[in-house]
Amino acid sequence: MKAAHANHVFRALADPTRRSIFEELTRQGEQTVHALTRYAGVSQPAVSKHLTVLKRAKLVRHRRAGRETHYRAQPDALAPMVDWLQHYGTFWSDKFDRLEALLERMEP
Amino acid sequence: MSNSAENTRTLVIERVFPHTPEKLWRALTETPLIAQWLLKNDFAPTVGHKFQFRSEPMPQWDGVIACEVLVVDPLKQLSYSWNALGLESVVLFTLAPTQGGTHLRMEHSGFRPDQQTAYQGANYGWQKFLGGLERVLAGDMQ
Repeated sequence: MKAAHANHVFRALADPTRRSIFEELTRQGEQTVHALTRYAGVSQPAVSKHLTVLKRAKLVRHRRAGRETHYRAQPDALAPMVDWLQHYGTFWSDKFDRLEALLERMEP
Repeated sequence: MSNSAENTRTLVIERVFPHTPEKLWRALTETPLIAQWLLKNDFAPTVGHKFQFRSEPMPQWDGVIACEVLVVDPLKQLSYSWNALGLESVVLFTLAPTQGGTHLRMEHSGFRPDQQTAYQGANYGWQKFLGGLERVLAGDMQ
């Protein structure tokens, strides 16, 4: 997993429209750009742009079939996000241990 | 999304330290001391002060946290926003004197709903999204 990857994932999903497109794909399975445009209620060029960002973050995959492009969610790309959320529990309890040690060292 | 506040994810850590609130307050608010237990920083105990925590870049993260001081109530409460990787969260420390020490409660509450909701029909807040994350992962990951 590359260092920049989590950044891509978070930035990709920081936009509510992209988040809803991604969710729709996880719910409905593979969808055409057409169907996603109908769902998202924004223009097709806007949807395509959003899909490009999602693709860069490896959150979606596409395949062409005739004149339609089909998109599919890649939910395992969310792994860095889950790690990051769980990370905070450990993070703070480690820090509290260090705080305790610091207080011991400090003058009263 | 009216109940989004109830869905806020909050991490709570509490500990009693056998030290005075004054001493604990110094550790929470003096830059060099904060650096010793938490992270390198340019914190100042002034509401509205914007600062950064800098940690070693970790796998999947550049280590920069952008913050703003929200509450400074000496010896009682300290709070700052905590923004990393596009996720906005809030850290709140509450101190209470106990027999022979100080009770410290840290609440890290996150992932407030989006402030910008100028999208029709697609207002998915982070919380709702994160709330569904486990379901998504359980359903779609082998």
